[in-house]
Amino acid sequence: MRDLPQIYAQQFKTSLAMMLQYRASLVIWLIAHVLEPLIFLVVWSAVSRSSGGSVGGYAAADFAAYFIVLMLVNHVTYTWVMYEYEYEVRHGTLSFALLKPLHPIHSNIADNVSSKLLTLPGMAVVAVILALIFRPVFHLELWALAAFIPALFLAFLVRFLMEWMLALAAFWTTRVSAVNQVYFVVALFLSGQLAPIALLPLPVRVAAFILPFRWTVGFPVELILGKLTPMQALTGIAVQLVWLGLCLLLLRVVWRAGLRVYSAVGA
Amino acid sequence: MSTLPAITVSKLSKTYIVPVREAGVKAALRSVFHRRKEEIKAVDGISFNLAPGEIVGFLGPNGAGKTTTLKMLSGLLHPTAGEVAVLGHVPWKREKAFLRQITLVMGQRNQLVWDIPAADTFELNRAIFRIPQADFRRTVDELSELLELGPLLRKPVRNLSLGERMKCEIAAALLHRPQVVFLDEPTIGLDVLMQRRIRTFILEYNRRYGATILLTSHYMADVEAMARRVIVIHRGKLLFDGELADLVRRFTAHKTIVVQLGDCLADLKAYGEVVSCEDGRTTLRVPKAETARVTERLLADLPVIDLTVEDPPIEEVIERVFTQGSA
Repeated sequence: MRDLPQIYAQQFKTSLAMMLQYRASLVIWLIAHVLEPLIFLVVWSAVSRSSGGSVGGYAAADFAAYFIVLMLVNHVTYTWVMYEYEYEVRHGTLSFALLKPLHPIHSNIADNVSSKLLTLPGMAVVAVILALIFRPVFHLELWALAAFIPALFLAFLVRFLMEWMLALAAFWTTRVSAVNQVYFVVALFLSGQLAPIALLPLPVRVAAFILPFRWTVGFPVELILGKLTPMQALTGIAVQLVWLGLCLLLLRVVWRAGLRVYSAVGA
Repeated sequence: MSTLPAITVSKLSKTYIVPVREAGVKAALRSVFHRRKEEIKAVDGISFNLAPGEIVGFLGPNGAGKTTTLKMLSGLLHPTAGEVAVLGHVPWKREKAFLRQITLVMGQRNQLVWDIPAADTFELNRAIFRIPQADFRRTVDELSELLELGPLLRKPVRNLSLGERMKCEIAAALLHRPQVVFLDEPTIGLDVLMQRRIRTFILEYNRRYGATILLTSHYMADVEAMARRVIVIHRGKLLFDGELADLVRRFTAHKTIVVQLGDCLADLKAYGEVVSCEDGRTTLRVPKAETARVTERLLADLPVIDLTVEDPPIEEVIERVFTQGSA
């Protein structure tokens, strides 16, 4: 374990070198990440204007704030491990990772973080431009800002571990993309990417509270925008911690079970 | 030999369970509800030992179970039955102390990151295998010299030729100086010159570090050049384990006699099986026991310009081993 920082540092360098090889695809990827929240932002602003200036307490400027922050939070917590494992298992390149004296999740995390470091400045610039166009209104409070940092960090961890486990579906089925489709549709609704959770009907809100999705994207956004009480914020962080514990517990089990399948079938 | 074996394999078996489906819509529909499974014995109770520092050739036709065995020995596959110890470790437990001492090179797969220079992947392996900086420098220098890597290490891997890439792959797999090296078709697809270079290198690695090497190859020249001992498997079963020369002796009941006459007009059927005749050179296959007698008769009966008696080429021997093994 004491060598992990060094390994991470090296993995950062490798990941950066790899990504810099594909500058064009980085830009395309950036555009995709901007477009989705932008579309929802435009739609919801139109809806709020046409229904007398506000929907469920969100005016056009609130929607602007919500989706711009959502874009940044989603970018920070986003992962692509599902695609990676589908490829690695299908092509058998995972075997090389298994021949190394290091759990493969470490290089996945390092890879994810280094890519974020590289793309975040670009996202920040885009966020500023969008803010100039859509004129969002922020009600920043110091305690919310302070709570936002651990909430964002936990959101990243929970989402990463959850999607990493989901990625291991590749050990059991060759149709991982179908699994991903289901996951993405559910996540779109329940994470707050389609609309603020508060605007959705009660059953959906309850589901969003129980399931992990909201805690990986929507919750930090609501928190920093001042939509939550201090009590709700604390509850949210507690729920995140529960999910984190659950993920860590499950991770070993799922990984071992997956490896058993992989090493029974071979690749 | 008083030393403990580096590798012990005992009654190792691996059975794959694969779904079977017949062609056609009906069968496809049926398979939705009812999957038929079939058991395939890829490796069927093989046992052998390797002494430390030994180089052994692992032979067998496609699908014989060579790669499956190598994967079990390197910890990627769980066996169905049997035991394996590699340097005292059970491979499929994948202990770090075990993984640090072995390597597996697969000629058809790459571990090097495609888009960046091999040198960057080397650095990553250095960190992961915790190789001390000084050792790492020395190993990279040595490997670069032996494999003539030089400028290749600075080019993105995707810009390398197949042979250049293979050299870098081998180097990447050996940075941590593994004591046990598994090579699965390390020379596949390479030209003769590159094959020879890699052979020389593997021999040199074995000599310098005393590493135990188990290698599979389709090219008999690889095996002849590197391994004195061979293990032959076919359909998952061990057919032969011993010196290459013994294999030839054991499995060839024939010798090849090449007679140089003026032309191809004479009918030599009476002397043995005529394999070919070109430019007056007739190749005959003769039962081993009769070689001396047939040679004598040929020399007595015909205006022979030249005559040689040879063992059949090793490929032919192997072919015989396989056909006899399956009979």
